[in-house]
Amino acid sequence: MAEMTEIANVGTHHSDAPTWRERILKYKWTLVALLLCQIGQVTASLLLPSFSADVIDTGIAATDASVIRYYGGLMGIAAGVQLVLSAVAVFLGASVAYRIGQSLRADVFGKVQSLALSQVQGFTVGSLITRCTNDVLQVQSMLIMAFTMIVVAPIMGVGSAIMAVRQDAQLSTLLVVAVPVLAGIIGFLTFKAIPLYQRMQRQLDGVNSILREQIEGIRVIRAFLQQSRESTRFGSANTDLTDTAIRAGRLMAMIMPSLTAVMQLTSVALIWAGASRVREGDLEIGSLIAFLSYVALILIAVMMLGLMIVMLPRALVSARRITTLLQSPVEIGPSPHPKLLPPRGDGLHLRLEDVSFGYAGAEATVIEDISFDLAPGEVLGIIGATGSGKSTILNLIARLNDPSSGRITLGGFDLRQIAPQDFSSHVGYVPQKAYLFSGTVADTLRLGNPHADEATLWKALEIAQAADFVRAMPGGLRAPVAQGGANFSGGQRQRLAIARALVCDADLYLFDDSFSALDQTTDRKLRAALRGAISHAATVIVSQRVASIRHADQILVIEKGRMVGLGPHDTLMQTCPVYAETVRSQAMPEEDAA
Amino acid sequence: MTATTELKLETASRTQDSAPGPRTPGGSIAGEKPKAARDAVRRVWMAFGSNRKILIVTLLLSVGSVIGSTLGPWQLGLATDLLVSDGYTWSALMRQLLVVAAIYLVASGLNFVQAWLINDLVQNMGRDLREAAQAKLSRVPLRWFDAQPRGEVLSRFTNDIDNMIQNLQQVVSQAMLMLMTIVGVLAMMLWLSVPLAAAALVAIGVSLGATRLLSRAAQPKYAEQWRETGHLNALVEETFTGQTLIRVFGARDRVDRQFAEKNKALTAASMRAQIFASLIQPTTMFVNNAAYIAVVVFGAFQVLSGALSLGGVQAFIQYIRQIGQPISQLGSMAAQVQSALASAERVFELLDAPELSTDAEVTTHLALPVTGHVSFEHVGFRYIPDQPLFEDVSLEAKPGQMLAIVGPTGAGKTTLVNLLIRFYEINSGTIWLDGEDIAALPRSDLRRAMAMVLQDTWLFTGTVHDNIAYGRPDATREQVIAAAKRCHVDDFVRTLPDGYDTVLDNGGGGLSQGQRQLMTIARAFLLDAPILILDEATSSVDTRTELQIQTAMADLRQGRTSFVIAHRLSTIRDADMIIYMESGNVRETGTHDQLMALRGGYWQLQSGAQGQASPYIPEPLNTLKRTHQ
Repeated sequence: MAEMTEIANVGTHHSDAPTWRERILKYKWTLVALLLCQIGQVTASLLLPSFSADVIDTGIAATDASVIRYYGGLMGIAAGVQLVLSAVAVFLGASVAYRIGQSLRADVFGKVQSLALSQVQGFTVGSLITRCTNDVLQVQSMLIMAFTMIVVAPIMGVGSAIMAVRQDAQLSTLLVVAVPVLAGIIGFLTFKAIPLYQRMQRQLDGVNSILREQIEGIRVIRAFLQQSRESTRFGSANTDLTDTAIRAGRLMAMIMPSLTAVMQLTSVALIWAGASRVREGDLEIGSLIAFLSYVALILIAVMMLGLMIVMLPRALVSARRITTLLQSPVEIGPSPHPKLLPPRGDGLHLRLEDVSFGYAGAEATVIEDISFDLAPGEVLGIIGATGSGKSTILNLIARLNDPSSGRITLGGFDLRQIAPQDFSSHVGYVPQKAYLFSGTVADTLRLGNPHADEATLWKALEIAQAADFVRAMPGGLRAPVAQGGANFSGGQRQRLAIARALVCDADLYLFDDSFSALDQTTDRKLRAALRGAISHAATVIVSQRVASIRHADQILVIEKGRMVGLGPHDTLMQTCPVYAETVRSQAMPEEDAA
Repeated sequence: MTATTELKLETASRTQDSAPGPRTPGGSIAGEKPKAARDAVRRVWMAFGSNRKILIVTLLLSVGSVIGSTLGPWQLGLATDLLVSDGYTWSALMRQLLVVAAIYLVASGLNFVQAWLINDLVQNMGRDLREAAQAKLSRVPLRWFDAQPRGEVLSRFTNDIDNMIQNLQQVVSQAMLMLMTIVGVLAMMLWLSVPLAAAALVAIGVSLGATRLLSRAAQPKYAEQWRETGHLNALVEETFTGQTLIRVFGARDRVDRQFAEKNKALTAASMRAQIFASLIQPTTMFVNNAAYIAVVVFGAFQVLSGALSLGGVQAFIQYIRQIGQPISQLGSMAAQVQSALASAERVFELLDAPELSTDAEVTTHLALPVTGHVSFEHVGFRYIPDQPLFEDVSLEAKPGQMLAIVGPTGAGKTTLVNLLIRFYEINSGTIWLDGEDIAALPRSDLRRAMAMVLQDTWLFTGTVHDNIAYGRPDATREQVIAAAKRCHVDDFVRTLPDGYDTVLDNGGGGLSQGQRQLMTIARAFLLDAPILILDEATSSVDTRTELQIQTAMADLRQGRTSFVIAHRLSTIRDADMIIYMESGNVRETGTHDQLMALRGGYWQLQSGAQGQASPYIPEPLNTLKRTHQ
């Protein structure tokens, strides 16, 4: 039952990401409320100059103090309304932006979880991290600006224009000149700035990835005394970034002064244009002054847009990077009609049929035409030179990548037909690079089986020859694990990674050169314990050491991505020269077979 | 036993190294923050460095610009007065308008130059900060590094510096202008009408007070927001790095849940900060409107009583608008300042991390050529104060000798060589190199004498050539190829699209673990240093290749002192001396045969768990090679 719902969940995980439109429209009622608040807020502030014109034209002209008081009171009410409405609008806008940011982050995070290994390598981990953190932040800040200020600008512009025209239609022709000039300036500068900002974002990525690399390689850098060279490398990337930022910033530095100049000159032109009509009594002086206020408001609106535009290019680049990621194809997708594997412990048959794999776009295949058949309880060893494609085969079985051609079946079903959750609950995997997740030892062991009890954990630790050192740690299972397992030695990490796989109680175990950091004694003890513990399961062991695989039921010998031998040790010694040579190179005497 | 000592690195270095941590969570925040914020302001000011002069020039420019834009409305008001006065002539009005236009143009021009200069200034400061932070990387002890989650350090480097610069640019370029405008406009208002100016002053006072109150309330919330961002980034970093594992282990739902929790916490923290932040601008706007109303209403009465002209009221209205914009923006700017300061604090915290002693202070130098005579004398070392890892380790390697360090995992083998290369400093005893105490030598002298192959196979984004020539950037292509051939790197490099010029991105992600190890061996090979340190150098290399490399390594070891950590017997049996370690102690030393004869820990290690089986001793390498041919 629980499994069924989990499978259903997996299906929805992979559904297409919503478009930007859908993301925003999800909050349409909040946004409508926000828009209403903004309209009300702007209207209230637009009424102020109009009331002040009344004060001047009616109150002063008629020397009537009560009129002045009346309009003064109205202005006070308008200001109060504006306060409340704009506070509500800003809060609504920001909260929608934060929620969109939250769901965006969640989607990016989820998407990355479903990428194939080859896709992750294509994007690079560093870039994926930036997309999930900094890029989302950029978009979120832009949205806040959009909801709180960009929305206001057109309302204010249009509203002011209407009010201005109401005050005096003839003077309004000035706006027909001034507004396009302003728009032209903004358009021109933006047009120039956007490519710069795009380049800047790329360069920022570059700087960040260099830093990341330097943090990771800090020991090597120090051991090889290359600190100054790394500083130079960083320095030049940093300078390039700064140069672009300066150029973009200079363009932006022009925006405000030029807009202000246009706005101020417009007010001068207004007096010039209205002068003769005021003299002739066509135009009231109060209207002229109110008109000045509206022109100022229109120009403020345009300037607000101008300020926002500084942020726009960076946010757009970020948005595009997020979209690219979210829209990248799901290479490791779930089947629409997932097949259900038999319950755990029943044993599964693993079959590879003419499996080949090559990276998208690359001509050469990494492995070609690999076939074998592995029954429950059997062990298959894979051996081959460094770079021959051993791990690639294991990655395909673990479904980190899907084969380019051929098929892999487990329990009779093509891997692609099995729901990911169902699949992973049947597989125990030990990677080449033993990476542990932070938390306690128990947390890190329960990765694949969160409900495992302590007895199970200890059993797995015993088999993996890790019980002794875990027991010796203060806190035992509750002892802390640093990110990656940095507080353990290489061999301890590897044993914990093995224990972690054993906790899964799987039907298929995959060991990717998982004993390399162990000393011989531990290695031997571990393999002996392992044989008993997982005898029901199908096991694939990739190794460099003949000792690790020589007792396997079958041994697959790989050279340059192709099978050059498949069979038990004794047969291969006769029929496969590559294998025989490998064995000799490791000086395994025949009598050690026992 | 030994494992535990390495475990609490984090707590250890926190207590040892970190200065009184301003990041301590808890109630003290409110009291500490203003001081911390003042510190940050001072630090930002210092960070401008020699450019502070330019900053002062820009200040003068904005004074000029502001004088222009405050004189403008007054002059325009005079034009209006002219318009309604009896002395009106068209040409007099035109003259007046031209004066106003000229004033405005000059003001904008000055403003432009000012913004331009400040842009350059702030961006350069950003570069300097990034550079300082990067340079910091090579000066902090590894201990400090071990204690920081990578994502957290990176987040300070990127998000925080970025946020700080972005905000600072807007704040600095505009805040000055705004402050000056407020001052200038106030002066003009006072000159035009004292009562009206008083009304405006009250409005400004209220507005500033409200802003201050609100931003004070917002500041700790902003700090919290950035803290949550750091937590989230750390999780993202960890999860994405271990992405494959999470997939195979089907742990996705759980990680998703964890992420959702942190994500929610971040949004909640952001919202809490926003409640105050979203009040700031409307409040100042309101106060500003109140001032406008006051001006219009009282201004009207003043006109009625003849104390002020109509043009004066018009000028006042323009002034109040002019001053309103900066005041309300000062409000939102206060929020930006808070956010920038929160980031600045985190950046400066990074820059203030404890540092290693510099080589510059050291006067002793290693005499050349280095013979490679190394000895450990009663060396004691601990990661945590009360948990010694090494208590009293002594050993000696004579020039040209090969020392193999063996022992169960966790015995401290890697730590031993890490001490020799001074990744960590010992707590007691002395390590000698050619008769010099290595602690008294510059690190660069020491490390120049060593070539090390580390357990982790770090490759950087660059060509294969550059990666192999990492320790010797001046190496020729021939030398690189020669090293590559010896280490069996050449074969697979030739299959890469651009051979030695192939760019390895993503840290050489496309290469197998073994290939990466071979590259790092070639890198050390090329270095040609008197002391060689190999820490599990060939653990992921297949044995056939290893065998071939070994002959090369044997050549390389000729005349060099070498320290080799390995599990494979074939690697260690040729050693002049084998150091068998257990739990941070040297238990047995001697040649392979001597130690086997001892029937102690080493013998047990080699003969496997059962112990009773007679250990197999492989034939020497050279005979093996012969059988191949």
